[in-house]
Amino acid sequence: MSSKFKNTIGKTFLLYLPLLLLFISVFNEFDFNYLNYKYFSFNFPFILIFYWSLKRIETLGYGFIFIAGMFNDAVLGFPIGISSLTYLIICGFAAYLRNITLRPSLTKDWLYFLFTISFANSINYFLLVLFFSIEINYYEILGNIIFTFLLYYIFAHIFDIYRKILLRIKI
Amino acid sequence: MATSRDDFVIAIRSAFLKKGNQQRFSLIGLIFFSVGLLILSKINLPFTNYLKITLNEIVYRTSFIVSVPEKKILDLSNKIQDHYNVYNDYVLVKEKIKTLESKKYETQFLEVENKRLKKTINEYIFKSDELVAKVLIDKNSPFLKSVIVNKGSKDKVKLGMAVLDGSYLVGKIVEVNYSTSRALLVSDLNSKIPVGIEPGNIQSILSGTGKQNGKIEYLETDILIKDKSIVYTSGSGGLFKSGIPVGIYHIETEKEYEVVHFFSKLSQLTFVKLVSFEEGSN
Repeated sequence: MSSKFKNTIGKTFLLYLPLLLLFISVFNEFDFNYLNYKYFSFNFPFILIFYWSLKRIETLGYGFIFIAGMFNDAVLGFPIGISSLTYLIICGFAAYLRNITLRPSLTKDWLYFLFTISFANSINYFLLVLFFSIEINYYEILGNIIFTFLLYYIFAHIFDIYRKILLRIKI
Repeated sequence: MATSRDDFVIAIRSAFLKKGNQQRFSLIGLIFFSVGLLILSKINLPFTNYLKITLNEIVYRTSFIVSVPEKKILDLSNKIQDHYNVYNDYVLVKEKIKTLESKKYETQFLEVENKRLKKTINEYIFKSDELVAKVLIDKNSPFLKSVIVNKGSKDKVKLGMAVLDGSYLVGKIVEVNYSTSRALLVSDLNSKIPVGIEPGNIQSILSGTGKQNGKIEYLETDILIKDKSIVYTSGSGGLFKSGIPVGIYHIETEKEYEVVHFFSKLSQLTFVKLVSFEEGSN
């Protein structure tokens, strides 16, 4: 009984670990988007949301992604709804790619990810600068897009391994 | 041609309209909801303000708790680093104390003289209310430089209050919730503070750069600022009193650019003073 209970808890934890990571990265004071190096920063939630929306959307869920975006806005002091919109745009692009892909390939996903985050960040930048008159450093965003794109490849490999573990234990 | 367009439409419809397995909301519904929220926050309706304040209260507190383990690790690493630097710091501090002691008496005399002269010319003497607040969240974002402090409207925090680290200006309050507030740091791109630069009593605007320094803006081209001039608040606009030290002006001759290095290390704020200034009688 006890081992079965532990087993269930362990499985649930493994299943929802990406969601937990998403919430920690939006809540936590320190996340990979804000490392104190000139022009080096990357958006971990973007990688997480794109990968899991593409491969296994049940793990995150659109509702939770929307809430995570709202929390991110509150922490950063952005207008409420802007990060949710950006995250959901990424989900939309990932869902489209999922629907048209017959033979998944990491390289294609990777290039498509670049297009996706460029588009999502453009919308974000456009809304913040033109709609809400908040000044933002364009080069910081450019650096952020490039490093997020480059690091997707590494994180995708790590998540692939994690997904295989989930499949092996039949979650 | 028509088939490929049909495929595209089907894929788009399936991606945005269909609810997947175990999904309660369709993507398009949530996107519309986000856009609706954005429009409402732009219009600034009371409903959205209440929603924002409630959300902020929950998120700031949760974020503070979630950040505790990481803060402990950072504190530990800072402590270890401090132990390594203890001797060098000791020598530096000793030298500084010597200089400061000599300046202390000079400053005391100048303060008294300044008050006396202000009374003579009938200038306002500012009264100030002070609150000490703890920095809850220091989200050092490349896009927005701000900190969350644990004092809000229940502690009589008001919009526009000056945020000081010791006696140095570090920012101003831009958002007030019930028990928390957000302070926009002087390093933020959106921060514009009227300043005076000494020597020369040059009036200008100090703007953040989004990094750990600021720049002087809106200055006439024929005015030259000396290297290592001190930047104080000018008191123009009536938000801050004049004479709060902000930073030191630095000319980088090799790179041909000028910056203002802030006196306070903005990434290391733990406790700050929230101060409001009122004109008092002479």
